[in-house]
Amino acid sequence: MKRLLFGIAAFAGLVLASSQAWSADKLLNASYDVGRELFVDINKAFIAKHPGVTIDQSHAGTSAQARAIAEGLGADVVTFNQVTDVDFLVKKGLVSADWQKDFPDNASPFYSLPSFLVRAGNPKHIKDWNDLVREDVQVIFPNPKTSGNARYTYLAATAYAKEAFKGDDAKVKEFITKLFNNVPIFDTGGRAATTTFVQREIGDVLITFESETRGIRKEYGDDKFEQVTPSVSLLAEFPVAVVDKVADEHGSRDLAKSYLDFLYTPDGQEIAAENGLRARDATVAARHKADFPDVRLLTVEEVFGGWDKVQKEHFAAGGLLDQAYGSR
Amino acid sequence: MADPEIKSYEPHHESQSAAVTESRPVKAVLMAIALAFLAVFLLLPLVVVFHQALAMGIGAYTEALSSPDTRSAIRLTLLVAAISVPLNVVFGISAAWAIAKFEFKGKAFLTTLIDLPFSVSPVISGLVYVLLFGAQGLLGAWLKAHGIVILFAVPGIVLATIFVTFPFVARELIPLMQEQGNGDEEAALSLGASGWQAFWYVTLPNVKWGLLYGVLLCNARAMGEFGAVSVVSGHIRGLTNTMPLHVEILYNEYNAVGAFAVASLLAGLALVTLVLKTLLEMRYGAEIAATRGH
Repeated sequence: MKRLLFGIAAFAGLVLASSQAWSADKLLNASYDVGRELFVDINKAFIAKHPGVTIDQSHAGTSAQARAIAEGLGADVVTFNQVTDVDFLVKKGLVSADWQKDFPDNASPFYSLPSFLVRAGNPKHIKDWNDLVREDVQVIFPNPKTSGNARYTYLAATAYAKEAFKGDDAKVKEFITKLFNNVPIFDTGGRAATTTFVQREIGDVLITFESETRGIRKEYGDDKFEQVTPSVSLLAEFPVAVVDKVADEHGSRDLAKSYLDFLYTPDGQEIAAENGLRARDATVAARHKADFPDVRLLTVEEVFGGWDKVQKEHFAAGGLLDQAYGSR
Repeated sequence: MADPEIKSYEPHHESQSAAVTESRPVKAVLMAIALAFLAVFLLLPLVVVFHQALAMGIGAYTEALSSPDTRSAIRLTLLVAAISVPLNVVFGISAAWAIAKFEFKGKAFLTTLIDLPFSVSPVISGLVYVLLFGAQGLLGAWLKAHGIVILFAVPGIVLATIFVTFPFVARELIPLMQEQGNGDEEAALSLGASGWQAFWYVTLPNVKWGLLYGVLLCNARAMGEFGAVSVVSGHIRGLTNTMPLHVEILYNEYNAVGAFAVASLLAGLALVTLVLKTLLEMRYGAEIAATRGH
């Protein structure tokens, strides 16, 4: 009996202790799955300028993060890699509707794009999107039904085809179907696809975010893989936002804002560039020009008329993605 | 290793269990299959874990284990086990006692309920807590109004772990207590013991080995649980990341050494559990056999 009471007391104590863990000099940044290295560096630099501040990090798929925040995960700021997941928080009343105006560049302090990684020497001479539908080429990217990364790949390929075939929808569809036919395995996520390409040595080209291809080369050796930047790709934004409701509760709004502002400073931009993301700051971008080849970037707004439309026309059940994926 | 055992068992076997009539080659084949199966599916993965963990040398191994995030994951896992295992011991003993020693309405239902965590996928167990305690959940608004944080914090992880590990102690004790019946307790009571004394001096000593088994299994699962904890954790590094969650994160960050270093600790805990169990059986084998049905 004593033990039972003790257990209950301990548990109650724990509940109380954890309920008072928030204060104005502390932030929780809910971020995307593979952003850990970036934010380790960012947080170190930010804390150096704001002594006494604590930044906690939570990393997971951003859809899961958005859902967790809606269920009460007390994130003061989000640094996601999917605009639609911030929009989910808007719908839940946690983030203000015009969050993209709260910070410069559509509240996306850095950006990336779907890019190619090929084996050393580029034996299949893969240069651009049209090489991916050749019969002798095997392409690796994850399943667009489950992976945000692969959705960008799908949209970038579609954007390329729309231009190449001057908006001929039948030809675009044929192109995408051919592309899907060249994918031997659809993994569920970006990192799994990387493992398939790098460790199981399946496929001739891996399509993933440029920021990822750099990390892979760093991890598995520059001499084993080559980065190939296509002529045209799709702008992949890394949206940031203050989670208003949480920040107001914690009294952390000022700190949250200065944290996100820091991402736009030359220091923050430099750290992003070192971690493989393209910087918005002109000086930083110029300094890293060699690492980031020129590429023409289209936006979802230009090509598809916004994320809502993309969701309805392409990703909804029975949409264009399903049609291409199903007709493999 | 297999050969001498077969030989030493041989005379024994011929005289005692005539029901087993397989010839020697058949036995050898069966044993080889079993051993090969164990080697491939149990031993090999274990070897791989330790091999990968030490792939970059012992220095990288200790460095991986000394990172602050890893340390806090280890601390949290130990804390969660330290809370959930004792609670489950208390719950398990009371549940087993009630079911084994008393007759009451709804007993069958209670027994089924205890088994529920075994039959439900751990992910569902986690989601149930989200539906209950989440901001949009049943109790979410009330908890929020009172400033109580359960989900995405230590209490949520503890609750999910308790749920998943609930049946271990009770399941171990119920058959044992049922087999032993009420005779000993009735004797104690008739000699003037109070109910509490009967429990403390008669019931508990009778089931101590079963209880210990239950605690060991419960503890192993509490430390190793992934699915349910993953749903309620919030994945905050240094705060709500348990060891199993940390393994996955490290692996996804291409940090194979770190991931397998933590995994080797978990595997080590499992091995310690097994060794403890074996030692107990060796030391108190006869006693265990006497008080434990199987």
